[in-house]
Amino acid sequence: MPNIAAFFLALAIVGLVAEMLRRKKLREKYAIWWLVVGIATLVLAAFPQLLDYVAQAVGVQLPSNLLFILSILMLLGVCLHLSWEISVVEEETRALAEEVAILRIQIERINEVMVAGRPAGSKDPEVEP
Amino acid sequence: MRNLENNRVLVIMPAWNEADCVGATVAEVLRLDEPYDVLVVNDGSTDGTPQLAAAAGATVLNLPFNLGVGGAMRAGFKYAQRLGYRQVIQVDADGQHDPRNIREVLNGLELADISIGARFADRGDYTVKGPRKWAMKLLASVLTKLAKTPLTDVTSGFRAGNTRAIAQYLDHYPAEYLGDTIDSLVVAIRSGLKVTQVPVEMRPRQGGTPSHHPIKAAVYLGRSFFALAFALTRKRSNVALPLPLMAGKN
Repeated sequence: MPNIAAFFLALAIVGLVAEMLRRKKLREKYAIWWLVVGIATLVLAAFPQLLDYVAQAVGVQLPSNLLFILSILMLLGVCLHLSWEISVVEEETRALAEEVAILRIQIERINEVMVAGRPAGSKDPEVEP
Repeated sequence: MRNLENNRVLVIMPAWNEADCVGATVAEVLRLDEPYDVLVVNDGSTDGTPQLAAAAGATVLNLPFNLGVGGAMRAGFKYAQRLGYRQVIQVDADGQHDPRNIREVLNGLELADISIGARFADRGDYTVKGPRKWAMKLLASVLTKLAKTPLTDVTSGFRAGNTRAIAQYLDHYPAEYLGDTIDSLVVAIRSGLKVTQVPVEMRPRQGGTPSHHPIKAAVYLGRSFFALAFALTRKRSNVALPLPLMAGKN
């Protein structure tokens, strides 16, 4: 018999993720994992016997344990993915910070040259004073 | 953007809240006989470091937030490359590195791509004890084997580089703790850059005290091996090699 509560919970998760995607609050590469989880939960809630079959097939005595191990692995994967993504973002931020700092020096130099009243654009503004 | 040719030497000075000493150190470098361009990389200071550095005559590269020494140095290298400097040297803002040694360390570049101003090399009286000392000894011996040249002070921040070193650093110069010294050096050596060291004396810092707390020293030991282990397994940088020095190697 299908588990009504689990089914609606899964439905809510899938709905939430879909809505966040639609409003562009979540990018696809993150949403995909949650959609996979949501849909898997939906299917399991609708056909709970499925879990028993699979547990038997892979040799897990207690079907719920199979569910737990799968959820743990799933969460671990998501965490790792997020750590990786944030490292990439930090590296990108760092490169931007460097770039901004260098551009700022160069703009200040150009300003100095212009304030000094030399015709702007006629000389290479990068030349060291 | 087109790179300019630039025959001057750029002194890069990473500074994070070094208001006590940055002005004096910059002035000391600019007072040397040889004319150097000084770039102070202000790593998100909140204490007037950039103003004092500028007043002393340095160019100030203001990072919008704190990136750590590694981050500050890479920004400095990027600046050096953009403006076409062919030689750069890193000098600490805290006055630990004696500006009078700058020429000696730069002279090391005649034979190598990276020249390290080293403590412990039979000169000066800098001493450390306990786990920190073991860490430094062991790191030194591993790096010596790797570089095939004696290196006694691999965590020294007093180092000079040529264009090849700058290009390699820009490819790999981690912002992590120790990334700016051990990690960058190991990957540079493994990428085919030649390293040498020049003995120098270190002066006592003008502000702050070095830590000799045993737990901190032990943490330092652990982190340096962590850094070393990763550096030894990293991908080599592919530096474009116009190699007058390196002919016959690789």
